[in-house]
Amino acid sequence: MSPFATLFLRDVRLAARSGGSAALALSFFALVATLVPLGVGADLRLLARVAGGILWVAAVLAALLSLDRLFQGDYEDGSLDLIALSPLPLEMTALAKIVAHWLSTGLPLTLLSPVLALLFNLPPSPTLILFVSLLAGTPAVSAVGAIGASLTLSLKRGGLILPLIILPLLAPAVIFGAGAVALALDGLSSGNALGLLAAFAFGAVLLSPFAAAASVRLNLGG
Amino acid sequence: MISSLTAEKLACVRGDKRLFEALNFRVSAGQALAVEGANGAGKTSLLRLIAGFLAPAAGRIVVKSPQGESDDAEERGKSIGWLGHLDGLKPQLTVVEQLNFFAHLYGKAADAAQLEQVGLARQADLPCRYLSAGQRRRLALARLLASKRPVWLLDEPFAALDASGQTQVAQLMARHCGEGGIIIAATHDPLGLGNESLKL
Repeated sequence: MSPFATLFLRDVRLAARSGGSAALALSFFALVATLVPLGVGADLRLLARVAGGILWVAAVLAALLSLDRLFQGDYEDGSLDLIALSPLPLEMTALAKIVAHWLSTGLPLTLLSPVLALLFNLPPSPTLILFVSLLAGTPAVSAVGAIGASLTLSLKRGGLILPLIILPLLAPAVIFGAGAVALALDGLSSGNALGLLAAFAFGAVLLSPFAAAASVRLNLGG
Repeated sequence: MISSLTAEKLACVRGDKRLFEALNFRVSAGQALAVEGANGAGKTSLLRLIAGFLAPAAGRIVVKSPQGESDDAEERGKSIGWLGHLDGLKPQLTVVEQLNFFAHLYGKAADAAQLEQVGLARQADLPCRYLSAGQRRRLALARLLASKRPVWLLDEPFAALDASGQTQVAQLMARHCGEGGIIIAATHDPLGLGNESLKL
């Protein structure tokens, strides 16, 4: 097995085991999506209108819950030193961690979203667009989040600063993602919004491993 | 294989504090170097410098191998086996999962003999959260063996180990040197390898 696959599988396994973050993020997402209709009330048209925005914001926040531990866990117990000395370049280490985080958080959130869309009375075709937009956009959340996680990995309360760093950077994903759902609700084509969202995610996944690796290197010397 | 590791006029600054400067030493294949000094003298910092995590404030570290000389930190890191003061173990993973992970990450095949050598064969399927401090240390040692790296950097290799564990570590270190490896260890106890020591 290649070093990349080894690291990826370990991170997925850790997220799935007891004490892991995957189930936590999923429950948080489901709870927020259940509470909002209770708070907003039974205005079905209004609920359908806000569904895209609420579910996207909830998904980003749910993914954020587990992001601060992306490098911090390995940093605190000394594993990161050992990983840094392995033949795997730190850039690929960051990429493996991003992919593992997406698979254990972003993908389950995406798969759950059509069920939660029912609570918002979202019609079938906008629900499909919501699903596609989360599928295309959640990799960007993991990738941009990895930059923030690598910057805050040596801070004891890094989890509190992390949202301040990465939420502004994730605004484009939320705008295009929720926008695509709103367009579909109005019966318009959401192809452009989805295309921009996919481009943003592609760029984020491609570039963020370099930023994260540079930041991990700085922190190992600190 | 690496024939020698040399430090030339090495200096280390942490914050405002100058830990050491103009430090020179040379360790050849088959030799060990004990780094001694009071708490806070910079033993761990020196190991982190050699591993390439820290950049030296002055001076350089040169590794000589049949392929030539190099002072590139990234390249040096690929020949270093690291035993830090932290064990780097995940409580959720079992002993054997932990060992396999690091062996594969280092592109090596793990084998059960390494667990036997450190006396952990019976605990192979136990999650690491149930291990004692000494057993965790033993697992970290097995991982060091699995990495099959020529230069061992050891931070307090005898910490938390019982008498039989300390004997095993001494034997493993002697064997590593016998096979032409290099050991640099920060320690308060004698290594017992007929080694030189460096006072910080």
